[in-house]
Amino acid sequence: MSARTPLPRWADIVLLPLLNLALAFLVSGLVVLMVGENPLHAVQVIIYGAFGYGDGFGYTLYYATNFIFTGLAFAVAAHAGLFNIGGDGQAYVAGLGAIVIALALDQTHWLLAMPAAMIGAALVGGFWAFIPGYLQAKRGSHVVITTIMFNFIAAALMVYMINRVLKPATTMAPESATLAVGGRVPQLRQFFSFFGYSPVNLSIVVALLALVFVYVLVWHTKLGYALRTLGQNPSASRYAGMSNSRLIMIAMTISGALAGMVAINEVMGVQNRLVLDFVAGSGFVGIAVALMGRNHPVGILFAALLFGALYQGGQELQFVIPGVTREMIVVIQALVILFTGAMEGLFRPALERTFMLFSPEQKARAVSVSTAESES
Amino acid sequence: MSESDNMNPQRPKTAAAPAPASRWAIELEKINKRFGAVHANKDIDLKVERGTIHGIVGENGAGKSTLMSILYGFYTADSGTIKVDGTERHITDSRHALALGIGMVHQHFMLVENFTVLENVVLGAEDSALIAPSLKRARAELERIEDEYNLVVDPDAVIEDISVGQQQRVEILKALYRGAQTLILDEPTGVLTPKEADDLFRVLETLRDQGKTVILITHKLREIMAITDSVSVMRQGEMVKTLTTSETNPEEIAELMVGRRVLLRVDKGPANPGKTLLEVKNLVVADDLGVVRVKDVSLSVRAGEIVGIAGVSGNGQSELLESVTGMRDQRSGTVVVNGRELSLKGDDGAARARAAGLAHVPEDRQHMGLVTTFEEWENAILGYQDAPEYGGGPFLDIEAARRKAAEQIKRFDVRPANNRLKTANFSGGNQQKIVLAREMGRDPDVLIVGQPTRGVDIGAIEFIHNQIIAMRDAGKAILLVSVELDEIRSLADRILVMFDGQIVGEADPATASEGEIGLMMAGISQSAAALEARP
Amino acid sequence: MDFQVILSILDATLRLSTPLLLACLAGLYSERAGVFDIGLEGKMLAAAFAAAAVAAVYGSMWLGLLAGMAVSLGTTLLQGVAAITLRGNQLIAAVAINMLAAGLTTFLGQTWFGQGGRTPALGPNGRFAPIELPFVAELSGIPILGPLYAEVISGHYLLVYIAFIMVPVTWFVLFRTRFGLRLRAVGENPKAVDTAGISVNRMRYQAIIITGLLAGIAGAYFSIAQGSGFGNNMTAGKGYIALAALIFAKWKPVPAMFTCLLFGFLDALQIRLQSARLPLIGEVPVQAIQALPYILTVILLAGFIGKAVGPKAGGVPYVKER
Repeated sequence: MSARTPLPRWADIVLLPLLNLALAFLVSGLVVLMVGENPLHAVQVIIYGAFGYGDGFGYTLYYATNFIFTGLAFAVAAHAGLFNIGGDGQAYVAGLGAIVIALALDQTHWLLAMPAAMIGAALVGGFWAFIPGYLQAKRGSHVVITTIMFNFIAAALMVYMINRVLKPATTMAPESATLAVGGRVPQLRQFFSFFGYSPVNLSIVVALLALVFVYVLVWHTKLGYALRTLGQNPSASRYAGMSNSRLIMIAMTISGALAGMVAINEVMGVQNRLVLDFVAGSGFVGIAVALMGRNHPVGILFAALLFGALYQGGQELQFVIPGVTREMIVVIQALVILFTGAMEGLFRPALERTFMLFSPEQKARAVSVSTAESES
Repeated sequence: MSESDNMNPQRPKTAAAPAPASRWAIELEKINKRFGAVHANKDIDLKVERGTIHGIVGENGAGKSTLMSILYGFYTADSGTIKVDGTERHITDSRHALALGIGMVHQHFMLVENFTVLENVVLGAEDSALIAPSLKRARAELERIEDEYNLVVDPDAVIEDISVGQQQRVEILKALYRGAQTLILDEPTGVLTPKEADDLFRVLETLRDQGKTVILITHKLREIMAITDSVSVMRQGEMVKTLTTSETNPEEIAELMVGRRVLLRVDKGPANPGKTLLEVKNLVVADDLGVVRVKDVSLSVRAGEIVGIAGVSGNGQSELLESVTGMRDQRSGTVVVNGRELSLKGDDGAARARAAGLAHVPEDRQHMGLVTTFEEWENAILGYQDAPEYGGGPFLDIEAARRKAAEQIKRFDVRPANNRLKTANFSGGNQQKIVLAREMGRDPDVLIVGQPTRGVDIGAIEFIHNQIIAMRDAGKAILLVSVELDEIRSLADRILVMFDGQIVGEADPATASEGEIGLMMAGISQSAAALEARP
Repeated sequence: MDFQVILSILDATLRLSTPLLLACLAGLYSERAGVFDIGLEGKMLAAAFAAAAVAAVYGSMWLGLLAGMAVSLGTTLLQGVAAITLRGNQLIAAVAINMLAAGLTTFLGQTWFGQGGRTPALGPNGRFAPIELPFVAELSGIPILGPLYAEVISGHYLLVYIAFIMVPVTWFVLFRTRFGLRLRAVGENPKAVDTAGISVNRMRYQAIIITGLLAGIAGAYFSIAQGSGFGNNMTAGKGYIALAALIFAKWKPVPAMFTCLLFGFLDALQIRLQSARLPLIGEVPVQAIQALPYILTVILLAGFIGKAVGPKAGGVPYVKER
């Protein structure tokens, strides 16, 4: 009935996100211009700050590590058609699993403590997402609202746990005991002096493995196939004999476990203890990263690097251009979510028409498809 | 134009009905409507006399609903003229149609479920910014209408608390409150019990006697014979004939409805039935809303035979299929496949049905049988993704799946022969072949097929039919559900007719005439006595 | 607890539940019309900033209030364009709005005022002052009721009274006017509204305009009534509590008021008591009280206590079939 044809694949997964990103940057540039600063100069500062020297690049990678985890967390749920907005809370409570195991094992070796703590973090983070999943699957409560509520419950829980349970009697600050060396994840600077004093650590290797893991899971396992079927067409998954309720719970648990890996990077790699609010909004950045990266690990990798660079460059920005603070980065992030996530409809129709117009074979195919439709 | 000026074009006009300007309430001339390449209405002429009940019959897809949607302003015709009371009108939207005195009762009610009857009646036809005066006036008006047409509904009842039949009355009241002189009802009895349907007919008769015009869209001959004054038969987008009901008979209408289409020749030898492979006993199934759709159905299918279930859509066939294939819990009754009783509990019953040796070609391939956003090869394994041949352990052997897909494409001549293409880009016929290839390819004992050729081009139909016959000859038990009577007649070895959730009769395709079966489908003839006897 | 403590907790309850109530009613209009709104937080934050900034610069609380409402309205309309006109995902649009507000308020605050994101402290004209209701002196002689009137009912900011007046007003608009009838219908069954000849999208825009204005008042309350100037992330998740209250109240105005009072009371309680010692239960950590609104909402949503069923068409952009 409609004359619209889908975009070619490359346009859909590369061109459209880039256009939306460009629009986000354009609007951000206008904001910078509005406060009387030069946006091009700001871009220059950000790029230098993020990539120009070892420390800066290290920080970029450190931020990107978190964003890969939270981006993947959002993406896995999204493939199953679920909107997990609770990555922040899941990563936060996962800190409990990480710190408890890391503290218990910090007299051994990181080779033992790190994998063990990863399991701990994954279990706790996964559990924190499993509950909303269970409530959606079995009780029909909307996963979006439940995960929002769980973010706040997590915040209250963590304040209590840190202040009342984990804080050693001798410490004043709201934080857990500090990890001994055996409970810390090695820093990349120990191997490459290039990274200076930046906190990028071996967690980034875990993040890269997680990218591969999600890629394999989603596209090369039977479970991933089932999750995608559910996400695309819940009637078809039921027809195919998949248990939709079970898949919802599994997807949420995996999602939460991935978000939980943020705790490894922060607790064992950077802070060496559990502190309040260590997630610092990474869960929400993950939404932007996943939307930008079209829920694909490769896209997420690049989007996470982009946001890592923005976060690091943004830090730099406020020193060089006092008029532009790092919150500008949050603005860019919001605009990316707005344009790539919610306002997809802005460019797509025009782009589709453009492609129809300029590509004869596209046009021919459109015609043949619609004739085929009518013949049948 | 300010909102208040434009707010109430459909003020009730029941008080001052204008003197009839024409004998005809509605005249349609040369109406054409295309959707893409589908010619839904071809040069339709229709005249509806004022103060009569005029039936419009035809099979699914004959173009009845499209035509009425044009009259009601939902669609705009590509060409043709519409006259209301003898005056030519360009009906732009439903608000306009209402203003011209045309009201419609949709198949799916347009009611706000948590509103009261009164609120629903008033919605969109309020007099002023506050609703109290409107409600008051509506209450008085409803009382008057109720008296006049014997249409009793409690104005303060909440919609979700009242029966479907009552809800339908609210729809009628809505239209009358807005001053409708002509009332269109789209398949009004599909959701009603026989008792409710009879009540509705009495209301419609009263409406006619009070001078209103009623247009009744239906595919049930019983209804046409029971209450219409005249009847127009549509077939494949064309108006076949308009008859005076008292001068015709169900057989003639049935013949006109079905037409003398060229029967597709299916070469098949006699059936060689073996042991029973599928046995359904006393099955009772409810739909998502909890309405019982399958009422104590028992049937069995033997190896090497095709059992066809004929029936007008919406008589419980879909729910029967879904239950037998494990997708829907039964209320009671059993399904036995190959001697094993299926447990249908839980939301993965379809997997157990497949494990028992049952394959399922669903009625609605786009909605259920395929994930249209997937590449073709991904759909080639849907439902069988856990089979060992597609990879051991948790991994999916993509190469094996693609090989399988390529095999299926070749065997079923799917075009284009590209298993990496998005499934949505295949034509309807080829999509159906993808489903059939997948479901037939695994040598199931029992094959359940719903609407195998719906939306499929002629060439593919023949191919699909031959494949189904080949399955039968290979000793499979096949249960076929189709609303295409031709298809059932040419494929099935035994025909069961389903009506109102029950198997109302069995026919031998070799001996039974189309008309005979058609009458059973409409709930008349053989089983009519039984039907009429029900309360 | 002596009487004075109880009075002061009740007084704080009214103060703390006001922004919740305003935001909750704001969300009610939107969600009743079928537009899910998890973006109340962002609207309030943006409004709080705008109100404080304008009030600080022009020294007028009225201009501040107006600016807060205008900015909140603008934010809402942006969200509306994405969620209604472009039929984008309502949730994602709201997440973006929340983030945009969080980033932009701090950024612009720092850029314009250079105080780490804060706006300058407001003078007396820039901020709403408590209002003394009449007859406080006359009633003071009556035991219990007198002090209750003087301490709890009287002596609040104008916006507090506006918030509570909005409850019957909202009830009236929703259940007694043509606008309310259509608004509720559009959230339940937009198709029914469409076939009745009313534009679904237009109704939805009208609803979210009210949402924007009310959320604007709620935001302004933080910075130019309760507080004296804007601070980073000033709304501190209150928008989400309001959302929880809305669900808890099953999208009804009067229950919304009581829920907001309950949540405000919990807030007042936890501020006063760092930890409460309740009979039978023993010590209750203050965080448990903080989390209570969220926990209650989750339990309610899961259908363990009653059932919260929102407007049926909520969250779904309306596509007209043609």
